[in-house]
Amino acid sequence: MTVAAIKEYIAVPRDRVENFHGKQLVYVSWDHHLLFASPFLLCLPPETPFRELVSGPLGMLLQPDPDAAAIDWQRVEWLKSNQPWTPDFDASLAANGIGHKDQLRFRTPGLNSLMAA
Amino acid sequence: MDMKVAKKKLGLKDKYKLMTRDLGWEPSYHSKDELYPYMNYEGIKIHDWDKWEDPFRLTMDAYWKYQAEKERKFYAIIDAHAQNNGHLNLTDARYLSALKIFLQAISPGEYAAHRGFARVGREFPGVGPQVACQMQAIDEIRHAQTQIHAMSNYNRYYNGFHAFADQRDRIWYTSVARSFFDDSMSAGPFEFMIAIGFSFEYVLTNLLFVPFMSGAAYNGDMATVTFGFSAQSDEARHMTLGLEVIKFILEQDPDNLPIVQNWIDKWFWRGFRVLGLVSTMMDYMLPKRVMSWREAWDIYGVENGGALFKDLARYGIKPPRGWDDAEKAIDHMSHQFMLGLYQWSFGTAFHSWIPSDADMDWLAGKYPHTFDKYYRPRWKHIKKLADAGTPFKNYGLARLCQTCQLPSVFTEPDDPTLTCHRETVYKGEKYQFCSDGCQHIFENEPEKYIQAWLPMPQLFQDPINGDLGEWMKWVSLLDGKDNGDYAGSEDQKNFEAWRGLATTNQ
Repeated sequence: MTVAAIKEYIAVPRDRVENFHGKQLVYVSWDHHLLFASPFLLCLPPETPFRELVSGPLGMLLQPDPDAAAIDWQRVEWLKSNQPWTPDFDASLAANGIGHKDQLRFRTPGLNSLMAA
Repeated sequence: MDMKVAKKKLGLKDKYKLMTRDLGWEPSYHSKDELYPYMNYEGIKIHDWDKWEDPFRLTMDAYWKYQAEKERKFYAIIDAHAQNNGHLNLTDARYLSALKIFLQAISPGEYAAHRGFARVGREFPGVGPQVACQMQAIDEIRHAQTQIHAMSNYNRYYNGFHAFADQRDRIWYTSVARSFFDDSMSAGPFEFMIAIGFSFEYVLTNLLFVPFMSGAAYNGDMATVTFGFSAQSDEARHMTLGLEVIKFILEQDPDNLPIVQNWIDKWFWRGFRVLGLVSTMMDYMLPKRVMSWREAWDIYGVENGGALFKDLARYGIKPPRGWDDAEKAIDHMSHQFMLGLYQWSFGTAFHSWIPSDADMDWLAGKYPHTFDKYYRPRWKHIKKLADAGTPFKNYGLARLCQTCQLPSVFTEPDDPTLTCHRETVYKGEKYQFCSDGCQHIFENEPEKYIQAWLPMPQLFQDPINGDLGEWMKWVSLLDGKDNGDYAGSEDQKNFEAWRGLATTNQ
């Protein structure tokens, strides 16, 4: 049973992609960089080139971290749905297979100014 | 009426019998299943409702008398507080942030509990639980009212109190407590009783009320102390009811055990997430602190909770499945929450701030294994940004957990340097969670949680469509007054000016 109910009960998901007027949600987070308290929620059209996500909203949001300027985007390690993954910077979010409410993570080994114990 | 009236004044035993058990009757026009349609679908088996032991032999007439007396005392003190400028006797106006969160998120929870108990009082066939639930329903609405009345005096002087009802419905952080109560109210009557009557009232309420009321006393807030005292004897009754309920259900049929255990697992974790905000209040928001969150957890969680589950072991009940993950989070959660509240303070109807050096030293003393290692470097960097005139504001908004609706501020149980990422796909739709506990709850009843109204994704849908200014209007948040850093706020300026009038000759 997918819900305790007195009869068959089918629900409608509240955050379906149709509700976002042509955009979708993407979550992005930078592993081991917890100055940012939670993964970022971005709302973008699926046609957005991946490069624009990185240089635009993501790049702006990362600025307060002391490691931000030192990120070498060519060497960043990516994860999608917690699995290793390689993005095509010139392709769109959709062409990269980034779905609505997907979680992207990236790692920058060696950069850890605020985490150095 | 063919009842024989033998004596003018009834003995306690007769009165109790007549005014509780005797109020029930055997239906003859409709079947019991028609009258009580929600008794079977949860799988709980009750064979004999008369086995219910009333934990307090209170009848409605006596209840009414006691409550009226408490109300008279309460309002007398609240009047005195207002007349004696009680709003100036606080240690510091930073304290009010804890109160604002309470008014926006927890007092509406009292009202939700009122609705829940009124409903289950109707659903249960037994007269004993019907009367007990009715009394608790009246208690809960009284608590909501006394809290609102007690705090309304602060609304005359300080920001952030004026729109708690709108904020209960619309602002992001209150959806945590709201979804908690909505989840319980949309469950069956037995689950509601285990959720609110047992898990919340019995297992977790001390972690909320004891530190909160002591915090109020330590910080000169007589209004809150007064509603705390006025609610105290009610709370004792609620705890007794919660324990009676679980024992009654478990004694009625051995098949009830796995169902009840599943609910305890679920509601412990949901309650632990809701009460997480209390950790921040205790460690950061009280200018004069009572004890650390860690110390409170050791007393009310480990000691008291441990003893309770030892007692319940004879029924086969085990400690909740999230217990170990909770223990691992204790030394981290208050810092993780406060760092989040600070960077998102443009969107909160209360103030947050960077802890002073003295506060950070206190935190390092209370959290010797975590604060200096993980959290002080972040606060120092945030302080540096503020001193440079570029205070840290995180406009990225947050990924919310599909179940508890909190921003995913929590780290892996065994790695405090890495955010906890959990996700699942249900009917082709992706869902994100803050923890194994929340993912597990979702996967037990996905059809329920896919409907969650998550405030952050909602901000990008109708009617707001991503406009932060429109959002502020919609949640009745006055930008530059209710929100932001305490340093430089109107609350700070006013408190210092008014207190100055009382203590200096300026």
